[in-house]
Amino acid sequence: MTAVMGTRMLRKEDPALLAGENKFIDDIHAPGELWMGMVRSTMGHAKINSIDTAEAEAMPGVAAVYTGAQLADMGLWLAPLPCAWPVTDDMVNPAHNPVCVDEAKHVGDIVAVVLCDSRYGAADAAEKVVVDYEPLPAVGSLEAAVANEVMAHSDLTTNKAFHWPLIPDPEGTEKAFAEAAHVVKAKFVQQRLIPSAMEPRGCLAIPSPAGGEITLYTASQVPHIMKVMVAATTGIPESKIRVIAPSVGGGFGGKLNIDPDAILSVTLANHLGLPVRWTEARTEAAGSTHQGRGQIQHMEVAADESGKISSVRVHLDADMGAYMMLITPGVPLLGSFLYTGVYDIPNLAFTCDGYFTNMTPTDAYRGAGRPEACYAIERIMDILAGEVGITPEEIRERNYINGGEKFENHDAASTLTFDSGHYRPAHDKALEMVKIADLRAEQARRRDAGDSKQLGIGMCSYVEICGLAPSRALGGLNYAAGGWEHATVRVLPTGKIEVVSGSTPHGQGHETSWSMIIADKMGVDPNDVEVLHSDTAKSPLGLDTYGSRSLAVGGVAIAMAADKVIEKAKLIAAHQFEAAPEDVQFEAGAFSVAGTPAKSVHIQELGFAAFAAHDLPDGMEPNLQEQVSFDPPNFAFPFGTHVAVVEIDTDTGGVELINYVGVDDCGHQVNPLIVEGQLHGGIVQGVAQALFEEAIYDDDGNISNPSFMDYLVPSAAEMPMMDLDHTVTPSTTNPLGVKGVGEAGTIGSAAAVMNAVCDALKPYGVTDMDMPATPKRIWEAINSNGGAA
Amino acid sequence: MIPAAFDYTVAESAEHAIQLLGEYGDESKLLAGGHSLIPMMKYRLATPTQLIDVGRLNDLSYINRSNGHIAIGAMTKHKQLETSDVLAEACPMLAHVASLVGDPSVRHRGTLGGTMAHADSASDLPAAVLALGGTIVAQGPNGQREIAATDFFKSYFESALEPDEMIVEIRVPADTGGWNYQKFNRRAQDWAIVGVAVADGGKGIALVNMGSTPLRASASEAALASGASAADAAAMAADGTEPPEDLNADGAYRTHLAKVLTQRALEAANGE
Amino acid sequence: MTVNGKTRSSDVEPRTLLVHHLRDDLGLTGTNIGCDSSSCGACTVHIDGESVKACTVLAVQAEGTNITTIEGLSAVAEAEGIATGEQNWHPMQEAFQQCHALQCGYCTPGMVMASTSFLKENPNPSEQEIREGLEGNLCRCTGYHNIVKAVQSVAGGAS
Repeated sequence: MTAVMGTRMLRKEDPALLAGENKFIDDIHAPGELWMGMVRSTMGHAKINSIDTAEAEAMPGVAAVYTGAQLADMGLWLAPLPCAWPVTDDMVNPAHNPVCVDEAKHVGDIVAVVLCDSRYGAADAAEKVVVDYEPLPAVGSLEAAVANEVMAHSDLTTNKAFHWPLIPDPEGTEKAFAEAAHVVKAKFVQQRLIPSAMEPRGCLAIPSPAGGEITLYTASQVPHIMKVMVAATTGIPESKIRVIAPSVGGGFGGKLNIDPDAILSVTLANHLGLPVRWTEARTEAAGSTHQGRGQIQHMEVAADESGKISSVRVHLDADMGAYMMLITPGVPLLGSFLYTGVYDIPNLAFTCDGYFTNMTPTDAYRGAGRPEACYAIERIMDILAGEVGITPEEIRERNYINGGEKFENHDAASTLTFDSGHYRPAHDKALEMVKIADLRAEQARRRDAGDSKQLGIGMCSYVEICGLAPSRALGGLNYAAGGWEHATVRVLPTGKIEVVSGSTPHGQGHETSWSMIIADKMGVDPNDVEVLHSDTAKSPLGLDTYGSRSLAVGGVAIAMAADKVIEKAKLIAAHQFEAAPEDVQFEAGAFSVAGTPAKSVHIQELGFAAFAAHDLPDGMEPNLQEQVSFDPPNFAFPFGTHVAVVEIDTDTGGVELINYVGVDDCGHQVNPLIVEGQLHGGIVQGVAQALFEEAIYDDDGNISNPSFMDYLVPSAAEMPMMDLDHTVTPSTTNPLGVKGVGEAGTIGSAAAVMNAVCDALKPYGVTDMDMPATPKRIWEAINSNGGAA
Repeated sequence: MIPAAFDYTVAESAEHAIQLLGEYGDESKLLAGGHSLIPMMKYRLATPTQLIDVGRLNDLSYINRSNGHIAIGAMTKHKQLETSDVLAEACPMLAHVASLVGDPSVRHRGTLGGTMAHADSASDLPAAVLALGGTIVAQGPNGQREIAATDFFKSYFESALEPDEMIVEIRVPADTGGWNYQKFNRRAQDWAIVGVAVADGGKGIALVNMGSTPLRASASEAALASGASAADAAAMAADGTEPPEDLNADGAYRTHLAKVLTQRALEAANGE
Repeated sequence: MTVNGKTRSSDVEPRTLLVHHLRDDLGLTGTNIGCDSSSCGACTVHIDGESVKACTVLAVQAEGTNITTIEGLSAVAEAEGIATGEQNWHPMQEAFQQCHALQCGYCTPGMVMASTSFLKENPNPSEQEIREGLEGNLCRCTGYHNIVKAVQSVAGGAS
């Protein structure tokens, strides 16, 4: 049998999705279900004087209306919504109740909830709840939070939630900056982004008629974590909670939280003995689903005469939003280890202050801390190149780890060890693919001619940390949970292979990739493999999908479980052959005795033998199934070089991305089709940050662009084709040699595009610009420098 | 996002629709393609208690040429404008502008009469009709009247239509001179941040999203008429306007865009 | 109205959006809802053969029309004699799988319906025309690269 891994196998998930047969959360219904209609704060910060629910209660079909105060009295939950990452021992963490009591802290904070027997009725009734707000001074920006003149939480005396340092060698930092020939400083703003998975969030909790069991269907990336957290928050025993993530329409981090709706649906379903559901509206999502980014980065690098960097010093102010959610405070720290990028920089000093604001809480969004870090180092590399008087290519060549040559186990200044890397081939290939010399010539021609269409070329060499994560490392960062993943592999009596995975896909194609791993390992047809996942009754153990961890942790667990199954099957085969196990060989799914290949048995046949158990080796347990909890010894560090080409209309400020090249290295690829798809989508999300998207708030904490009319998720019309290639540098972290690719595109692309924008505007004296680079910003930048090239 | 409840009646004819408007009064709204009204109703920015569906009045869906102009039925869909042979020959500008409204699915439903009545200063087609010097034919209880496009748009989402009138036809002159439409936006599906429609070689210049209504760039038109160059005329494009400020642009930027786009449109219209 | 070849008749509240009628009343949950501003196109269906956003049409407005949803697309393909493969798919469904033009699959039904309507009107489009033809359909997973390729492959096949 030829290898399946590495081929462009078409996805097993597609037929149901293409026929509209799969079930997303809003497709699933339960008899007698009640719809929750959320009454959400329309103010960024306000005292709630009173809530009049009488008119809503009288609406047809309304079963109940609850205010936050009433719910608090009912004692439906034991604890506020959880934060699993208290980054410091003294972190401030104000209670985040599913429905707020007395004080609303952001637009979208739930003030009351109505329960009604129809979708439309719930919307009508929620509108009839009258809330008397008394406006309080609001913190409508990160800058205002840092200024600390107005408090986001009335009962706090500071907006600062924590201070977190990573300064392995403070003297080294001082020395490096004191001795530097060049010191370059820059301030970068990572605007707030709305994750915007195409499927809005939703949930449906169904109580069982007796026994107290409850099933929660939820559009979640993290059904396993959800189960633990629902138990911990509500006091319902874990054994009585089943969480099912059905087809999930994208996540990008936005679906990894323990949101108020989940806790409300479970507790109210339990309380009322009826199914309770909720489906988010898109415009509602701006206040009901956490946002991403929201950082101000103060970045400094010290370099010698030639541009060789000796230290990076960075301070972050990070916008937590109104509350700490599941991993809110940890997100900026995930980037802390990457501020030295792909470069051999011996010293790093990182500090981060987290601040509360009266805006939607922040949390993980594709890349989560790492795109921000990559952006800061890759933007400042270009600025430094300008200072030194060399090209962006040269500044990178002078600083790559190991001179751009291959390395393994590089100890970075951040104290982490990079598993493997080989940066120069990706760099060279990307520049070759984009035809850098031709582009530079065309750029020069247009500059000389004073053309109104200026070209900009921007590159970015990124590295990221994925495969989250070694449990011990997470513990060291105060993260409450571990980073292992669980897998079970079974050969069923019929010979079919059943894989149970703790990874929980929402578009990544795990069923296909896991089938391919099993097909190669066990020598079976990938179509004989069934993958069970995302249902805690079928897959009780798991730590879910985020942080580009599925393949590098969950996929590896599956390969290891398959190895154990093969080991056991070999003993059964040896027993059948009456041969010594060491004489039995395994190839293409079949066991045979060395030297007598005519006598062989396929591993799929042994499923029945193990099930019937009529004739197993003495002492062997029946059934052919094995499980593995794999805890990786290290992270994995994918990398690559991206080049963006933009054209700027200097008369209007209009900007167009006209070419995009990426050479990525995620180690061995299981399915290049899926790898490329992940990159395409990831790249466009980074491009969107650079050119289109920003959640815009006013000083009172009102969001100005909650709908897709104004929050500009780009369409096909704004994007070019992307030209991708790859190199393969196997990871040393796991036996498959795989890294991760879910976030790589997003991590590399925003910096590449903004470097291109700034490159195009170089003749106008522009060295930096905030994201998104809107036409207005570009036009103003051109004109603030006199408008003359 | 669900509309508030309302009653719904299908109009059998224009006369019937007008009669119903009279009966139901202020709380009623005509529903054509619904692509302006229904989104506003979903956000509950509009809460009519009575909708009168005129979208089925197929006799108001036509594009005919007669007496030097093209008569377009109010219920003609954007897609029909975009693909009309009559327009391709006699008024390609209107077909082109129609092809830039929203996205294809929106253009399959949206109607010319609906978009004119909605009177959104950010819409493409009202400005095109204004630049062309078109005429709006309104029908009320006392019959029809013609309103020049230059007199039609009154304020934000407000037209010269009386509450009991509906648009039945839009007329634009046929076979006019060089034309061009410049639409500047960030995503293809979005409304124009600024748009400029140039008709008949510059005799009609209309601006999109430069005020509370679609506007004629009168100063530029006058300058051109007295022999100014495209560049000099375009420099006056924003004269007398009070452009709005929103997330995409402020007044200064809109003023600048109006000038740049007007120059481009004039040059393109006149083959420069 | 006729939905996927079947006559369907029911009393609905006038405000019922077509997309909710299809999903909640008729159980045709293949058509999804991704926004509330007619921006994303996840709810795209065909009315009388043309793509429309079912979130911006009242069910009552669609009375008397012929509606096709993703669930009915293969029957349309069969009627047109262009159905392919084991699944009896419309060539666009086939192309979406072949080109890996879907990941989470949420925008996919709308994207497929918009693409088929678009190609009917413009059978031999350029890449840019395809991109503009899909301007009203948002996807968060694919970056559109493979969606455009899928539409190109069907267009190429037809010419």
